[in-house]
Amino acid sequence: MMVSDNSALFWIFGVFTVLLAICGFYCILVTRNFIRTLIGLELLTKAVTLLVVLAGYVSGRTAISQSLAITIIVVEVVVIAVAAGIVFGIFKQIGSLNVTKMRNLKG
Amino acid sequence: MSAIALASASIVLTLLMFRLDAPIAAVFELSVCAGLITVIFVSTISLTKPVTRPELKQQTKNRIKRYWYLPVLVFVTAAFLGFYMVYPELPALVSLPDIDFRDVMWKLRQTDILGQIVIILAGVFGVVVLLKEKMNHDGQ
Repeated sequence: MMVSDNSALFWIFGVFTVLLAICGFYCILVTRNFIRTLIGLELLTKAVTLLVVLAGYVSGRTAISQSLAITIIVVEVVVIAVAAGIVFGIFKQIGSLNVTKMRNLKG
Repeated sequence: MSAIALASASIVLTLLMFRLDAPIAAVFELSVCAGLITVIFVSTISLTKPVTRPELKQQTKNRIKRYWYLPVLVFVTAAFLGFYMVYPELPALVSLPDIDFRDVMWKLRQTDILGQIVIILAGVFGVVVLLKEKMNHDGQ
């Protein structure tokens, strides 16, 4: 088994995954644009996908990890497509993509 | 611009997946994430109202003000994780016989495929409902 050799590789890629997740969280927290919020979500999902593939590589179970990664990608695409439809619907209602201008639900 | 940057991130992720012995997931990532999702984002951006030039200038200025913390945060986190963290050795795992991807995908994870089909159908239905034009009272 190549576990000890892969320990360093796992942590290097792990750091990259953490940085990608930080970028996604920061993007979601800071932006006021609906589309950029979706892009932040997408970055977070990419971090998760990479972590799954990395875990599969390190543990020697690449087939299972690939299968899981493909499931994650399919779910991600459907979520983004529906969310893009919702964003378009909101734009038709309020005429803007700015999150702060969406006050219809304010109680 | 951000949509194209996201596509570039997808391409980098594809290369990393190739490096990690996951070629099928990598191809999937490249075609779906770098291709389809970019198309979705670009379509959404072009369907929504384009901003005027002074608005764009102001937005870019505000964005730079809000985003300049990000490289600092990323650098500090990378430095912290890279230099100050003690990396534990991963536990030894039981070696498994090499299973073929096709066997896993079509036999072991059969329920996942079913779930994926249901999710895709739900997504298609959702998009159709969301993008359907409202008919007026004459039924036109």
